[in-house]
Amino acid sequence: MTRQIGEVILDLQNVSLSFGGVNALTDISFDVREHEIRAIIGPNGAGKSSMLNVINGVYRPQAGEIILRGEHFRQMNPYKAACAGIARTFQNIALFKGMSVLDNIMTGRNLKMKANIFQQAFWMGAARREELEHRAKVEEIIDFLEIQHIRKTPVGRLPYGLQKRVDLARALAMEPQILLLDEPMAGMNIEEKQDMSRFILDVNDQMGTTIVLIEHDMGVVMDVSDRVVVLDYGKKIGDGSPDEVRGNPEVISAYLGASH
Amino acid sequence: MGFFLEVLIGGLMTGMLYSLVALGFVLIFKASGVFNFAQGAMVLFAALAMARFSEWIPGWLGVENLMVANILAFIIAAFLMFVVAWLIERLVLRHLVNQEGATLLMATLGIAYFIDGLGQTVFGSDIYKIDVGMPKEPVMVLQGVFEGGLLINKEDFIAALVAALLVAALALFFQKTATGRALRAVADDHQAAQSIGIPLNRIWVIVWCVAGIVALVAGIIWGSKLGVQFSLVTVALRALPVVILGGLTSVPGAIIGGLIIGVGEKVSEVYLGPLVGGGIEIWFAYMLALVFLLFRPQGLFGEKIIDRV
Amino acid sequence: MIYRENGQFKTSYAADQQIFPILQDRWAILGILAFAFIAVPLLADEYLFRAILIPFLILSLAALGVNLLVGYCGQITLGAGAFMAVGAYAAYNFFVRVDDMPLLAALLLGGATSAAVGVVFGVPSLRVRGLYLAVATLAAQFFWDWAFLRIKWFTNDSSSGSVSVSNLSVFGWDLKSPTDVYLFCLAVLVVFALLAKNMTRGAIGRQWMAIRDMDVAAEVIGIRPMYAKLSAFAVSSFFLGVAGGLWGFVHLGAWEPAAFSLDRSFQLLFMVIIGGLGSIMGSFFGAAFIVILPIFLNQMLPWLGDLVGVSISTAGVSHAEIMIFGALIVFFLIVEPHGIARLWSTAKEKLRLWPFPH
Repeated sequence: MTRQIGEVILDLQNVSLSFGGVNALTDISFDVREHEIRAIIGPNGAGKSSMLNVINGVYRPQAGEIILRGEHFRQMNPYKAACAGIARTFQNIALFKGMSVLDNIMTGRNLKMKANIFQQAFWMGAARREELEHRAKVEEIIDFLEIQHIRKTPVGRLPYGLQKRVDLARALAMEPQILLLDEPMAGMNIEEKQDMSRFILDVNDQMGTTIVLIEHDMGVVMDVSDRVVVLDYGKKIGDGSPDEVRGNPEVISAYLGASH
Repeated sequence: MGFFLEVLIGGLMTGMLYSLVALGFVLIFKASGVFNFAQGAMVLFAALAMARFSEWIPGWLGVENLMVANILAFIIAAFLMFVVAWLIERLVLRHLVNQEGATLLMATLGIAYFIDGLGQTVFGSDIYKIDVGMPKEPVMVLQGVFEGGLLINKEDFIAALVAALLVAALALFFQKTATGRALRAVADDHQAAQSIGIPLNRIWVIVWCVAGIVALVAGIIWGSKLGVQFSLVTVALRALPVVILGGLTSVPGAIIGGLIIGVGEKVSEVYLGPLVGGGIEIWFAYMLALVFLLFRPQGLFGEKIIDRV
Repeated sequence: MIYRENGQFKTSYAADQQIFPILQDRWAILGILAFAFIAVPLLADEYLFRAILIPFLILSLAALGVNLLVGYCGQITLGAGAFMAVGAYAAYNFFVRVDDMPLLAALLLGGATSAAVGVVFGVPSLRVRGLYLAVATLAAQFFWDWAFLRIKWFTNDSSSGSVSVSNLSVFGWDLKSPTDVYLFCLAVLVVFALLAKNMTRGAIGRQWMAIRDMDVAAEVIGIRPMYAKLSAFAVSSFFLGVAGGLWGFVHLGAWEPAAFSLDRSFQLLFMVIIGGLGSIMGSFFGAAFIVILPIFLNQMLPWLGDLVGVSISTAGVSHAEIMIFGALIVFFLIVEPHGIARLWSTAKEKLRLWPFPH
């Protein structure tokens, strides 16, 4: 499939979020188009993760609106977001530590599994069939991310880089339309970063998934993303193509702390 | 009106005693993240030690003076509680650092069984009495204000007073002394506290010692009220709703929670109990705490938890 | 060299997903079942049945229920005994109030009632976690202790909640001798263990474990915490309810609320922690350990006392027993906090690699 950037699929308008007296996000608006890779960058504590948490409903913003495919939401909740086709990975890896890689990825199929608890308890036709169908789908993702050799390993025993990959696999298992990636390459070495960048581009390219990406490595951001939004202290200070953002003086000063 | 006030005051005084036991829970939970189910067993053990030593000492020393016997027994029992605290830290907690809450809870249940068994093996398992000279007879007060006045149990009143004093002393200890400060630091963050040179193990021993003393005082008060017997361990179960109502980490929560539970129990037993056959105070306290939790999951004074992902 | 999976290739996902993917395990489990169903009834005497085997089977079932909730879904409960009580008394009511109610139906209905009650008492889990929840579940314990003691309707107007049943039969099979009771309990346990295994290896089990391991991430993936937690409470309470029914009906025959007291709840929690949280096998290990330990101590202590020339009184024995019990629990938690099931799987892992250490 050739990548064609389409209409606006997700639009955030005037979102503000605070915890107690601390303003995490102040009046932020930006949009995400279908099939694009949209990066969110900014220094530590700029509110990037909070932004993702607002999009998939982990945090409830005090003001603003989230417009998803023309539908208006005051705030999301995680379950609703999942049903609407939003998946995400986590900055600090939120895998299910007590489960195997396979089971972790299978949880991503949860919304698509319809057998009820009795059918499962008696392992009846519907439940068994479903289990096999989804296993096949999950194996495709396992192949795609090249993690066949660890599929039965408990995730707690895996090295960091592989855990990040399993986290991505679990999100992909949801077959999302919008994929939110929270620092997918943090703490990786060059080689792992290259692998991960390739996977992200492949996902975007082959599956047509819209991607919202938080990343610190500017090289990666500039290479993979179509448009970039820059946050600093919870405010938006830049928005546009990588080149535009790179030239924005406010962004430069936020990053380099240049004298005003 | 007079009757209601009597019930209310009775509830407040019982509540003060619950606060005392709840304080034992809160101290240990704050400092070591352990939900100490052995608190009840410690109350029983301390009370048994107090009761039996005050009985034995006159025979050993030939002193007939009750006061002297009681003071000596108190000192010995307190010392025993120190030893117990030290052993618990040495033999159990030290080896269970960084285990999950459920495992630690189970460990304290194991400790509770052990202490129950030990106490009864060493001190016997009959009903003993502690006589620290608490007056038993009730007094009438405010006869001028209400018709018939208010009937107040002197023993309860003194007990509540002692409990209140101890609670105040502990609060001061935590706020004003260096050890108290170290303790609060440990409660906030084990690793950070350790990294600035606060010896974790010693802090834990101190906390368990303080909890032991709290247990001893609670044991003496309850013991002289009800007699020292195995059912004293249930006093701790009565104090549990107080802890969840007040918040596991809050000292003021333990105090206010104790008062609320004490009053709630008494009022419900007196006014609601006869309608459903009585004996409701134990589960009523839990239900009260539970309903409360549905609206404020972190308890009355607990810190609100924000999930970070 | 015997325990190897070399040469056992899986050619379908179905083959890879079966309960015992290794051939030797399948033979072993068949062997154990054959032993339990055929050899044990021939070998065991009445004391063994009544004091050890039947309690072990029923408490294993209860421990399974607790393990589903605590081990798989991560919701600590100190009120397991209460749900056994609800199951037992509900089954009793169905049994005596409805004419010609079959025993099995009464037990299952008891379980269903317990499941419904479990859902109600599971509601706090939607708001509170961990130790707060543990204490909150005590509410269930104390409430039902009280209800079966004081509310006459529940116990068919019998005094202080003591009730009894007699003339038990299943499909024309009279449960008279201990052997009959044993076989009946064993059959129930096998079926329920299979159900538990199916649930834990299927979608619902993954939902439970996801909630246990990282509830925020689970919600983000589209797992509804409410459904996952309440279903765990329901299933767990169902298991406990049936176990309670069995305990009352076929093990005790006549019982009162004290049979399902707080001590029972603690005992069940001990079983799953010592046996191994999140392990079906662990529930059996834990139940065996907790059932046998007191009996063992009871026999050993007087004998040991004689050995050193001290005669220990009955009270002394019972005090020493709880002391040693408590000490062993603590010791066990320190040495192997993941339970016997972990020891078992490590041993199996070693055996697969034997004779090479790595």
